[in-house]
Amino acid sequence: MKYTLNINGQSRTVDVPADTPMLWVLRDHLDLSGTKFGCGVGQCGACTIHLNGVPARACMTPVSTVGRMKVTTIEGLAASATALHPLQQAWTELDVAQCGYCQAGQIMTAAALLKDNPKPTDEDIDGAMAGNLCRCATYKRIREGIKRAAVIAGTKEAAK
Amino acid sequence: MNTPTLSAPVNRRDFLKLTGLAGGGLALAFYIRSGSDASAATAAADFKPNAFIRIAPSGAVTIVSKQPEMGQGVKTSLPMIIAEQLEVPWEGITIEQADFDEKLYGSQSAGGSRSTPNNYDNFHLVGATARTMLVEAAALTWGVPASECRAEKAAVVHASGKKLGYGQLVAKAVTLPVPAKESVVLKDPKNYTLLGRRIAQIDTPKIVTGQPLFGIDMKLPGMLYAVYEKCPAFGGKVVSANLDLVKTLPGVKDAFILEGNGKVKELVPGVAIIADSTWAALSARKQLKVTWDEGKVVNESWDTFVAEARAKAAQPGQRVLRKDGDADAALAAAAKTVTAEYVYPFISHANLEPQNTTAHWHDGVMEIWSPTQIPAIGTGMVNRVLGIAPEKIKLHLNRAGGGFGRRIGADYLIEAAAIAMKVNAPVKLTWTREDDLKHDQYRPGGLHFLKGGIDANGKVVAWKNHFFTFGEGGAPGSGGSLSGDEFPGRWIAHYQAEQTMFETGWPMGPWRAPGSCVFAWVIHSFIDELAHAAGRDPLELRLELLGTRDEVPAGGGGAAKGKQGGGYNVARMRNVLKFTAEKAGWGKKKFAKGSGAGIAFHFSHSGYFAQIAEVTVTKEGQLKVDRFVTGGDIGAQIINPSGAENQVEGSVIDGLGVLMTQELNIERGRVVQSNFNDYPLIRITDAPAKIETHFLKTNYPTTGLGEPALPPVAPAICNAIFAATGKRVRQMPLTRTDLRWA
Repeated sequence: MKYTLNINGQSRTVDVPADTPMLWVLRDHLDLSGTKFGCGVGQCGACTIHLNGVPARACMTPVSTVGRMKVTTIEGLAASATALHPLQQAWTELDVAQCGYCQAGQIMTAAALLKDNPKPTDEDIDGAMAGNLCRCATYKRIREGIKRAAVIAGTKEAAK
Repeated sequence: MNTPTLSAPVNRRDFLKLTGLAGGGLALAFYIRSGSDASAATAAADFKPNAFIRIAPSGAVTIVSKQPEMGQGVKTSLPMIIAEQLEVPWEGITIEQADFDEKLYGSQSAGGSRSTPNNYDNFHLVGATARTMLVEAAALTWGVPASECRAEKAAVVHASGKKLGYGQLVAKAVTLPVPAKESVVLKDPKNYTLLGRRIAQIDTPKIVTGQPLFGIDMKLPGMLYAVYEKCPAFGGKVVSANLDLVKTLPGVKDAFILEGNGKVKELVPGVAIIADSTWAALSARKQLKVTWDEGKVVNESWDTFVAEARAKAAQPGQRVLRKDGDADAALAAAAKTVTAEYVYPFISHANLEPQNTTAHWHDGVMEIWSPTQIPAIGTGMVNRVLGIAPEKIKLHLNRAGGGFGRRIGADYLIEAAAIAMKVNAPVKLTWTREDDLKHDQYRPGGLHFLKGGIDANGKVVAWKNHFFTFGEGGAPGSGGSLSGDEFPGRWIAHYQAEQTMFETGWPMGPWRAPGSCVFAWVIHSFIDELAHAAGRDPLELRLELLGTRDEVPAGGGGAAKGKQGGGYNVARMRNVLKFTAEKAGWGKKKFAKGSGAGIAFHFSHSGYFAQIAEVTVTKEGQLKVDRFVTGGDIGAQIINPSGAENQVEGSVIDGLGVLMTQELNIERGRVVQSNFNDYPLIRITDAPAKIETHFLKTNYPTTGLGEPALPPVAPAICNAIFAATGKRVRQMPLTRTDLRWA
């Protein structure tokens, strides 16, 4: 089946079976390998993408269900290569990652959190991030990274 | 003369003396090219004084990182050493991951927290040698003595103020002989500008923007995708499979059986499906039907072994690991005795990046891309199992999405190579999470039946342990060997440790701090039991137990040789224990019922660590770690404090996660669990509210951090749970203990 998808603001066409999860459409067919395979059953969050700005598990999202929804992946999160998202800046500043494998998913989930809740508390953060596993257990820095990103974003907002 | 960076120089001999490593480092012969071929520079005329440094005439500096990177941070921290000595600013240099080539680079093994100690001194020399040559090149260009020149910020500056950038010196430097290492002067540590700075991992920009980086991200022109189905029971063989049907399914290019080489940790028998996408291969796999010969392993279940261990606990063990004095007599004479059984299960590594490898069999060459910790194990296996000559095996190292010891195993690598030999294209093998949980090389479980004796003064006078472990061919699995030297063996006058091993066909492998990761829990939980039985403060009793000697040599007591043995620097442990207690304010806080603090320490992988947990347990039995304090002594230099603290913070949460929930049930020779729904990993909601990391700087050689901060985590938390609730945790995971209190 042919599907024309809106991915990171671009129109992309793929010819794949209807049940193909977005995870594999992105990774194998569109060379967007930032979205990671961790469990395949929606337990780890490594494949988190946004559908119309709402976080979704790409491993549980068949391509046939996406339609005209706007798909955002980690590759499309930054406004441009030189203007990283506040979370990407904060992750760099605080050296959040260890192996780094889960971090794209963490950042995508956190981006949705910050959009709804620009100044989250520890409790808000834990609640929003509970679906994303980090095997290296960088959770302390993930909490700090989200708070730092909130400050970066707030400063930018104030400067406008 | 104004030579600040080289003032009060430390020559190599003094440096080695300083760091206590004289004779302990690797030979540098591997790295440093002889003087005669240093001038045989490549056409590009880059300055390449050794395998690790390249400086282009443009001034571009590249440092090659030879070690596999899996999140332990060595692709950043080890090049920092070279950059420090080379006097190049960190910002702007390029770090390049080396392919596997041990003739060129020396050992590329990343395991046992050895990357730092094995390379620390040599990398100083590698950087300093190149810097010495660039200074010499400038001195020759200007016709001045080298002693009037100094290197700074990728340039050489003369006392007069003249300056030449490294790029401008390349043409001259390539003509110079590589100086003898004895003549190379290392920087005085007090002049370090990079070591000790917080540096974000070099791959951070790619990680946060999702650029291809990991083994699983590999894509080559014409590449096909493979999945591989193995028998759920360990060591089972393929009898038959519906290959004819599978081959007709959409996207499937081929399907075939691999026989395996009869070893459960090498090429395991199975059915390969090759397709034009991962999803096509996974979809076809759902229709694959295999008849298996499950073998004798179906008679082996965890619960049966546990029951057998309990039945045999009071009998003599198969082996005596250590016998000092007369433990039985001392226990009989003790004022108080404590008896306890400690049990921990088999667990998985569960790297978040499932095992994978890309391989291409072309032109008689096996070219491989793999996230591997010890590449030589993989290439050795390809050579041995597939009969490919070592010079015909080319291995590229990908960043690994977690190691924890799992990728010391090369089972997934050999599978990919064996599959590639039958496929006329590059092929990427991807394991599913289910494959990974059911075909790991597991941390062995174990049981310890302990008896301890306390005299009338509350002193520990006797210790007896019957340890039950698992292995194959007469040898315990990795991490299943209790050394006769393991603390508190060597410290207690009447000490006896015995071992009984169950033979199994279950694959076992090193799991982060093998052995230590469970023995520290057993030992420090039991010490805590003795302290409470004696009415003593747990810290004070531990300090008494460590005693006043500064060093305890290895061996004695008929001790079996074991990896965890060796000399034990008691002074370092004592100091780090006191240091940590001070940082945490041990004994100064008053806790309400339901809250409390616990302490533990452990020496492993050359690191001395003490940890203190403060926890709250609700009446409903819910555990919350409120504060966790680590004190560690890993020697003279914290190379990258950001990476170092990250390793400790991760170890703390990992140790807590393992304690809380991790457990595999092995029934009839197969793992019951299949994915993260029934094998839960710790989530952010259970991460401690406060994690504090403190390093005690000492004059000892700098050592590694991937492992040694993990072992005392679980006992510190369990001891805190006892302080809070009066409930002693003697089983892992915590889900097996009712922590409710009234």
